[in-house]
Amino acid sequence: MKHILSTLVLNKPGVLANVAGMFAARAFNIDSLAVGRTDDPTLSRMTIVIVGDDKVVEQVRKQLVKIVEVVKVQDFVGQDVVARDLMLVSVACNPEKRPEILALIEMFGGKVVDIGPKFIMVEVAGPENKIEAFIDLCRPYGVKSIVRTGTVAMARQTRTKTEE
Amino acid sequence: MSKNKSQPDSTVCKPGSQVIVDMLIEQGVEVIFGYLGGVVLPLFDKLYDAPIKFIIPRHEQGGCHMADAYARATGKTGVVIATSGPGATNLVTGLATAMMDSVPLVAITGQVRTSLIGNDAFQEADTTGITRPVTKHNVIVKDPNDLAQTIREAFYIAQAGRPGPVLIDMPVDMQLAECPIPPKAKIELPGFRIQYKGHARQIAAAATAINASKKPVLYVGGGCIISGASEALRAVAKKANIPVTTTLMAMGAYDQNRPESLDMLGMHGSAYANYAVQQSDLLISVGARFEDRVTGNLETFAPHAKIVHIDLDPSNIGKNLHVDIPVVGDAREVLEQMLEALEYKPRKEWFEQIAAWKASHPFTYDKNADVVKPQYVIEEVCRQTGGDAIITTGVGQHQMWAAQFYKYSQPRQFITSGGLGTMGFGVPSAIGAQIACPDRVVIGIDGDSSFNMTLTELSTAVMYDLPIKIVLINNGFMGMVRQWQELFYGRRYSQSSLKNPDFAKVAEALGCVGITVDKKDQVAGAIEKMLKQTKPCVVDFRVDPEENVWPMVPAGKSLHEMDGLDIFEMA
Repeated sequence: MKHILSTLVLNKPGVLANVAGMFAARAFNIDSLAVGRTDDPTLSRMTIVIVGDDKVVEQVRKQLVKIVEVVKVQDFVGQDVVARDLMLVSVACNPEKRPEILALIEMFGGKVVDIGPKFIMVEVAGPENKIEAFIDLCRPYGVKSIVRTGTVAMARQTRTKTEE
Repeated sequence: MSKNKSQPDSTVCKPGSQVIVDMLIEQGVEVIFGYLGGVVLPLFDKLYDAPIKFIIPRHEQGGCHMADAYARATGKTGVVIATSGPGATNLVTGLATAMMDSVPLVAITGQVRTSLIGNDAFQEADTTGITRPVTKHNVIVKDPNDLAQTIREAFYIAQAGRPGPVLIDMPVDMQLAECPIPPKAKIELPGFRIQYKGHARQIAAAATAINASKKPVLYVGGGCIISGASEALRAVAKKANIPVTTTLMAMGAYDQNRPESLDMLGMHGSAYANYAVQQSDLLISVGARFEDRVTGNLETFAPHAKIVHIDLDPSNIGKNLHVDIPVVGDAREVLEQMLEALEYKPRKEWFEQIAAWKASHPFTYDKNADVVKPQYVIEEVCRQTGGDAIITTGVGQHQMWAAQFYKYSQPRQFITSGGLGTMGFGVPSAIGAQIACPDRVVIGIDGDSSFNMTLTELSTAVMYDLPIKIVLINNGFMGMVRQWQELFYGRRYSQSSLKNPDFAKVAEALGCVGITVDKKDQVAGAIEKMLKQTKPCVVDFRVDPEENVWPMVPAGKSLHEMDGLDIFEMA
């Protein structure tokens, strides 16, 4: 099962190495990892996505907490969260194909960020499955290159229980 | 440097090297183990005048083991200093040893100056990178303003909760820079919280389970020694009437001379401890972590037992097996909290069964053999020291015999590398323990292969007039791997024997007393002579080369499936 661990850490050099090293040393897999500063400049947030059974996830959480610079670990499982990936994708696109591709981009709420006679570069943000769907739909035109961030996530404040 | 407005004059500035020394004194450090090098010269210059005892090992690994044993013998934080590059990398084995056995250490390593870091400078190594997995925490000081507080935090982290080694990498320019000493304040590390007290509901659940149990066993680990839980443990075992088995790390946490002691459990544990665990209906683990050498096959470990797991480190709980009643907390605190709710139960049948196992399956060996049996040597050491010596060991067969045939009655009396299994730990750990306890008899029980790795540290013992005694169980093999090769590889002794020097002569050359024993009837006299020495002394016991450690639970087998029980018929 997929778990999103929202991990608050001290914004100090070496913290990422400590976290990544712990995962490697204990043979845990990271599905994705996104790191950025928070509103408090002394703190960063790592959004770590892992796949594992409850026992593994419990160990990951406990081992993370043991790292001195880790301030707090929150497992979003069972919570109503907004989870988003960001992708930049360059798709082969000659002028004839532009209208269909632009329609597709619009459907996904994407943004054209660069365009040339033979390609179009698109920015798409959204849940992981939406990103995957967009890639699938672009494939027939020819995907030239993809850059993706890991998932970032935040729990909804409204506390409405919904299904995952 | 902006000064704190409310205390304008309280911040003093001194060279970083002096601040390090000041902080070590502030932390109550009495002895430092360490080795010189280029980028720690400023620090060593300040140490020259410091009121701190300094011990120079012959190798940084030895120094780290000495600091480790000093910490294990006293409960205080051991301190080791090394230079950059090879000095720091030589600490790695020592740090890993301390990490696995939860020993509080502060290691200070020199580093090339900050402007050179990353340039492959002379004697540069990425010390924090290399030591990250073998330390509880490590940090490099890159700002003079952080230096003092970093040292205070290092000592705090080393001791807080489950102890461990902390490394501070100290670039030489930080040692030379003017560094402020902020006033001492309570250390606050965001998110670093330790739960010493156990949760009342969990403790009540554990007590209820204990009171209802017909066949309970207390399974005690090194956490009981670290937290000073021996007295609480005795009170609990007495009040609730429960037999006690200890792990290798907890020898001495419970007096082995008491009838309810089951001695050590596990791969080379006593048959009666292993049988008791396998038949128990309740296993109360206190400060232990269900390591594979203890449990054997986890699937069939304590199959009838409910498990209570008391541990300060939440990540230990549920790591290896399912726990019915987890209690996060300090061993001593939790046992003390629990005591009130416990009831005395006679458990007559259970104790009769245990007494029967003890009678039929004691630790034993062929006492009629003509050769020197290693077990006999250790029994005799125990007898002549009245079971009161501090024993340190290397790793291997001799270590297991030292655990089986010496009877420990006090915590911090047995000092051994349990988790990492570091060969070569014996001599330096005897030195560290002797420095910690100058008035005690300190005996390093070592194997010939372990001894070969660090015997150079005998020079250190000579230099500082430390009357350590080395009981060398010399079988001319890497005994434990030879035993495995005999049992599991058809006696093909691939690379497991060494051509040893004349160890007594080596000892004499280094300034120790050296004695060689190759006959059974010389053993007692040699030990007597050894115990009288005021100089370091090495007794080379040429023992039966193919003696095995019994009983033995082969790797992957269940705890009750012990080999070697047939030797009991010889007893």
